Amino acid sequence: MPSPSPSPSRYDAIVVGGGHNGLVNAAYLARAGRRVLVLERRPRVGGAAVTEEVFPGFKFSMFSYVVSLLRPEIIRDLDLPGHGLHILPLESTLTPMENGDYLAAWADHDETRRELYRHSPRDADAYDEYGRLMHFMAHAVKPILGMVPPDPTSLHPRDLLGLLRLGRHFRGLGAEKLHALVKLMTMSSADFLDEWFETDVLKATKSASGIIGTFLGPRSPGTAYVLLHHYMGELDGVFRAWGFAKGGTGSVSEAIAGAARRFGAEIRTDATVARVLVTRGRATGVVLENGDEIRAQAVVSSLDPRRTFLQLLASDGLPEDFVAAIRRFKFRGSSGKVNLALGALPNFTCMPGPGRHLRGAVSISPSLEYVERAYDDAKYGEFSRRPYLDIVIPSMIDPGMAPPGKHVMSIFVQYAPYHLNGGWTDARREAFGDAVIDAVARFAPNLKSIILHRQVLTPADIERVTGLTEGNIFQGELALHQLFFLRPAPSWARYRTPVRGLYQCGAGTHPGGGIMGASGRLAALAMLGDGA
Amino acid sequence: MLRQTPFHARTAALCESQAWRRWAGYVVASSYELTHDREYHAIRSSAALLDVSPLYKYLITGRDAERLLDRVVTRDVARTKVGQVLYTPWCDAAGKVIDDGTIARLAEQTFRLTAADPNLRWLHLNAAGLDVRIEDVSSSTAALALQGPSSRTILEELTAADLKGLKYYRLTPSSIRGIPVTISRTGYTGDLGFELWMDADQALPIWDAVIETGTAYGVTPCGMLALDLARIEAGLLLLEVDYVSAHHALLESQKSSPYELNLGWTVGLEKEWFVGKPALVAEAARGPEWQLVGLEVDWDSLERLYAEVGLPPRLPNTAWRTSVPVYVDGTQVGYATSGCWSPVLKEYLALAHVQGQHARPGSTVMMEVTVEHHRKRAAARVAKTPFFNPERKRA
Repeated sequence: MPSPSPSPSRYDAIVVGGGHNGLVNAAYLARAGRRVLVLERRPRVGGAAVTEEVFPGFKFSMFSYVVSLLRPEIIRDLDLPGHGLHILPLESTLTPMENGDYLAAWADHDETRRELYRHSPRDADAYDEYGRLMHFMAHAVKPILGMVPPDPTSLHPRDLLGLLRLGRHFRGLGAEKLHALVKLMTMSSADFLDEWFETDVLKATKSASGIIGTFLGPRSPGTAYVLLHHYMGELDGVFRAWGFAKGGTGSVSEAIAGAARRFGAEIRTDATVARVLVTRGRATGVVLENGDEIRAQAVVSSLDPRRTFLQLLASDGLPEDFVAAIRRFKFRGSSGKVNLALGALPNFTCMPGPGRHLRGAVSISPSLEYVERAYDDAKYGEFSRRPYLDIVIPSMIDPGMAPPGKHVMSIFVQYAPYHLNGGWTDARREAFGDAVIDAVARFAPNLKSIILHRQVLTPADIERVTGLTEGNIFQGELALHQLFFLRPAPSWARYRTPVRGLYQCGAGTHPGGGIMGASGRLAALAMLGDGA
Repeated sequence: MLRQTPFHARTAALCESQAWRRWAGYVVASSYELTHDREYHAIRSSAALLDVSPLYKYLITGRDAERLLDRVVTRDVARTKVGQVLYTPWCDAAGKVIDDGTIARLAEQTFRLTAADPNLRWLHLNAAGLDVRIEDVSSSTAALALQGPSSRTILEELTAADLKGLKYYRLTPSSIRGIPVTISRTGYTGDLGFELWMDADQALPIWDAVIETGTAYGVTPCGMLALDLARIEAGLLLLEVDYVSAHHALLESQKSSPYELNLGWTVGLEKEWFVGKPALVAEAARGPEWQLVGLEVDWDSLERLYAEVGLPPRLPNTAWRTSVPVYVDGTQVGYATSGCWSPVLKEYLALAHVQGQHARPGSTVMMEVTVEHHRKRAAARVAKTPFFNPERKRA
């Protein structure tokens, strides 16, 4: 990307898509003095990190609902606290069990240990040891999140240097940790957890964090790695960036947008980009749906790889093997969301009455078999009759999310396959919503009587509203074959594309996934590097 | 045995952590829950309810009440209107700070002074020849602080008082469920917040009313650990932590003037006379030797120190209150007295005394940090306080 010398176009860069990665990208470019324009299709920025008042007085983090991996360097560089970012602690997890008992993890270590001891004295001991190993592993892998992936097939000095550093880094781990890392890379989360624990409900709840956003079950190989992602969030725990964003996840996007504007970026909403203008193999701007042409020195797409390369570009200009790789990139949306406006608090049979457990997550993952069977349904093209659910009640953490005394409940649901047998219809959506509410009501029988309004979002709805292909919340599955130098396509993992002047900065690039912002930042650094 | 505040029946029932702290001879909760995180976030996100009854409180009445206070404190009390509250330090004859607190003008000839230390004797000493009555109402007046963005909404449901019209550092008489209370828009958190003053024997029904009405707005009983984080973010000083009372200091060098504590704005040099004025006039002319400043520890510098031993940075869980050396070019130029990780600002903050020439905001100093039992130095920026100063505080 050229430096800001006099040029015929008004902008140095156009960012397509005002999701959190697009906004982070714009903020970093603007911070470096570039003239940046962000174009967002919807009336508000945020993409999948939006807060909307779906029902009067009831505000929802419509899609993405917790903050875990937002990079501390981004929080600092962009002074997000100064732009209103406030992350509130989400401190416990309650898993109701089929037999009326429960497993709880609390903010206090002694309490959590005592609770686990109740289920298994052996596991209570193993828990600390396991935590220590995962801490080491996360510490070892974490630098990769802040690194532009080197291409192992390239002889470019930049890649060789990157690989050399990476090799040294892993050799420095020592045999024990390297072995553990290989296990994490290859095993299923259920098998990996079997090596440590005997309490089924503990394994079920832990393994659930390994399946989020994938079309895999807890017994599918490769899911153990995603457990590690969870611990990386805890490593940043020293920075205390994990939890619930006050005002919902939309306030994260608003804070980033505020920072971008402060640095001089221009953000236009209700501006749909129809395609990227390419002149003699070089991106020169965009055409909006209304026909307006806007020129820029560079274009960066925060949309997912399929939308970027197969919709915004006329794909015939792209190398064939690249197009094939993008077509092969797996999305397979597998999650849905149910947002409820409640007149009162749910009453969980295993822990009756209002209490602090309602300020944390409630995980519907009573056993490994339950979660695996939920996957079985999806494998054959049905939504789970008894789905895995991650429930939070944001109004318990931030009372401003609902009218006084009333509540909002956010239910993340897996599995809801994008490719449903017979396709998604209004009737199937409602049937799916009923299944989700039934699955909660088995453990909180008063739920149905306190629902004031409900919003059911299938992967098809997620795709329709946010544009995420197949409703995949990570812009492409977080599976090992789609990570690091393979994300989104071999040889094109460095935020550049076969079209000169066209970049990608969405979660479909390394490291992807979650409200992390790393893709947006690394892409901006790559763009600035090209101009330097 | 430590004394119990008028709210003890309620606070003791809630204090799951059994973590208590002494404050002015009373026992108060350090935190109610096992960790104080949520109590802290309540201050910044919804509303926190704090028992601040242990404050020393003096009711000063009579024809010369105003004159007495004007003699003692540095700020101009004569210019205060009824319903106004002043924050002020007071000094000894050498212009060194004895204590700091607030003065509320409840009526033309009635004031309430709050203090961190007993000051009855000092007030009497200065009242010679004045027509004034000084009453220690510390134990007969109970006090609650309701602090946080939702505090006004909660109180509006509880009282008929016009709280939107109640400006920062103003008070109004009112009642809650028929019980008389004074509501002042004051606090020790640097946020939107109020303090409620009432007779000690009416304390419990007021507590219950605030909890009952406030629950829908997320009101959270909050202990001293959370308050300590908030007051550092707000850059508010704590006696015997951030400075030593001139009445307690064993060395001259332990004492501080208002100018040295960054409280120059409270010194009413235009007043005809107050204790310490001549010394402060002289100091104002030559400039203070020391300055109390805010420090923001540089994250990259801290991260590097920890990376050297193969750890991610460790941050203090609670506010610390020890003396920590501060250096410039290898020479000690001061010391930090309080510090904490600010969860809302995502910054490692400290309050420090530094020699005047190093007090310019933006300049860099090195603060000692202990990394794996080794004393290291992390870079820190001198910053203006309050570190955290939301618009809602005054709006």
